[in-house]
Amino acid sequence: MDRQTAVNGYIAHAPGYVHNDGPKLITSRFAHDDSFTLARYEATGGYAGLRAALETTPAAVHDEVRAATLLGRGGAGFPAGVKWGFLPPGKHPYYLVVNGDESEPGTYKDRLLMERDPHQLIEGCLIACYALGLQQCFLYVRGEMAVAQERIAAALNEAYEAGYVGRDICGTDFSVDIVMAWGAGAYIVGEETALIESLEGRRGMPRLKPPYFPAAVGLYGQPTIVNNVETLSNLPWMMVNGAEAYCQYGSESSPGTRMFAVSGHLHRPGVYEVEHGVTTFRELIYGDNFCQGIRDGHELKMFIPGGGSAPWFFAEHLDLPLEARPVGAAGSMLGSGAIVVMDDTTDAVRAAWRVVKFFARESCGKCTPCREGATWLEQILRRILDGEGRPSDIDLLLDIGDNISPGPYPVAAHNGLEAVPFPPRQTTICPLGPSAVAPVVSTIRRFRHEYEAKITRRDPIPIEVVPIGASQ
Amino acid sequence: MTLSPANEALAAEIIGWFPRARSALIPLLHLAQEQDGYLTDDAMRRVGELVGATPAEVKGTAGFYEMFRFEPVGTYMINVCTNISCLLWGGEELLEHACESLEVEVGGTTDDGMFTVEEAECIAACTEAPCLQVNYRYRGRVTPDDFDRLVEDLRAGRAGIDGHGLLARVRQSIPAERLAGVLPPEQAREAPVWLARNGAAS
Repeated sequence: MDRQTAVNGYIAHAPGYVHNDGPKLITSRFAHDDSFTLARYEATGGYAGLRAALETTPAAVHDEVRAATLLGRGGAGFPAGVKWGFLPPGKHPYYLVVNGDESEPGTYKDRLLMERDPHQLIEGCLIACYALGLQQCFLYVRGEMAVAQERIAAALNEAYEAGYVGRDICGTDFSVDIVMAWGAGAYIVGEETALIESLEGRRGMPRLKPPYFPAAVGLYGQPTIVNNVETLSNLPWMMVNGAEAYCQYGSESSPGTRMFAVSGHLHRPGVYEVEHGVTTFRELIYGDNFCQGIRDGHELKMFIPGGGSAPWFFAEHLDLPLEARPVGAAGSMLGSGAIVVMDDTTDAVRAAWRVVKFFARESCGKCTPCREGATWLEQILRRILDGEGRPSDIDLLLDIGDNISPGPYPVAAHNGLEAVPFPPRQTTICPLGPSAVAPVVSTIRRFRHEYEAKITRRDPIPIEVVPIGASQ
Repeated sequence: MTLSPANEALAAEIIGWFPRARSALIPLLHLAQEQDGYLTDDAMRRVGELVGATPAEVKGTAGFYEMFRFEPVGTYMINVCTNISCLLWGGEELLEHACESLEVEVGGTTDDGMFTVEEAECIAACTEAPCLQVNYRYRGRVTPDDFDRLVEDLRAGRAGIDGHGLLARVRQSIPAERLAGVLPPEQAREAPVWLARNGAAS
């Protein structure tokens, strides 16, 4: 299908994706309704990146990725080329684990990449395996994503048949198997060491650090690269066009493009491919080429800039660029490319409660501050919403937060108080616990009056004076 | 019941793709759930034998993951998202409507065994809020009327959705002659041959 049949940029076969004007490095095929087939992939330049890689040395491919400063798209934003460099030499076998367990609230771009262009992801996996000498690849797809699973399975079957995956790839000495694995419903499995535990057939609980990177000790105790779906999907374009061409998009420290899912009270919520680092939140939320502003008759109240784990932003942050460093300094994170926009009708306490409820439900239970703390936060917020709040509850919420994440918690500037930069400190193994604190601290700092109004709304308990001896 | 002969064959193939059999545990549990609609004790015991895990280890692992069910559920599992983006567009109200119209509590199954309603966490369709999944197939921007029509279609078998347990309708399959070869890590200590292309630099 072509652009003309798209309604206001939306495409019927890819709900949510907006095919707007702008560079398309990783969503270039989404407008085709058969974009997930090998025939379409090959007809649109598919597997040319793999062929280009195979014509050079593995080390040269790694250098290209390093030169492009490809930042990880899963949430932490660590440069992939550097992460790849952490593999200890000579400790074979090395493995590649693809993190397709996308479940951060507000985030969806990996699902679209897996459903709409699975061959692009497979090609990216092959390029990574070739560059680093990875002997097998495990493509872990979130359990709830049935369509992504079947598109990847079908694409792998086609690719094996066509000689792109498996033994003697494209007639060369490069051989690697890609096996799809899939989860069964657990947010925490998106954490890379939990993902490895799950892939080993165990409860998906994060491993104790150090070692901090699975590149040292990963799957079966072997050096393992864990990369996000979107990160790997960038590699085919990069191999065909080169790091220099890649760096012509985006900013110097954040080159290329990134996918952002922008949801909430908007005219045109959608998933957009956006130039990384140069576009601002304002352009993305209000621009004609993007979300076209807040729904009619309403104003922006707040927004979550980087998925459910991120501290919240407000109108004065709209001119920040979509780039990790300035967003971090302003007290939040760009995270997983998920922006949730809330207008002036939104109850800040209720919105915070819902995000906290998510973390309470998804805590794996390994670390006490998170397991107990997130649950307490949720229960206290719930009672405030139910009109049962106590005057001490605001301090109690902050105190519980301090037990999960000690010290000043990352938060935006407000009323003369300075921003606390990201990331938070933590008493837990993984960042899930501290994530539960983000909505609480963000909303208490900004909308304390909303909390107080709910707490004092409670009718005083009448004191009945019972005469002594009257009970008999 | 335990695994059918066809699923035994599939299980053996899947186990062969992993360097360690235990890695096939979750895929095989999905296979068992696809077969029976939920995980029976017999199927879990058999899966444990196949991957070298005790029944307690199998259940202990399966119990961590929300999608695995130990008791029968409705033919159609309806997961209504109420997480933040859906909350903003009436996800909680949609869940309430689902429960009222089907006369079940959250987590409950209708008397005829057709529907189970669950409250879901973010299912990655946030711009299509409020959204839901029926047996992990998406429906977006769902109004109460849409929901009622969906239920009618499901009852009439017109929705094109399979019974609970089946996820992907296409399975991965690797022709034996195309498989690069899977070895346990201790038997794969050699550097891959193509790294020799780096020459002296490696």
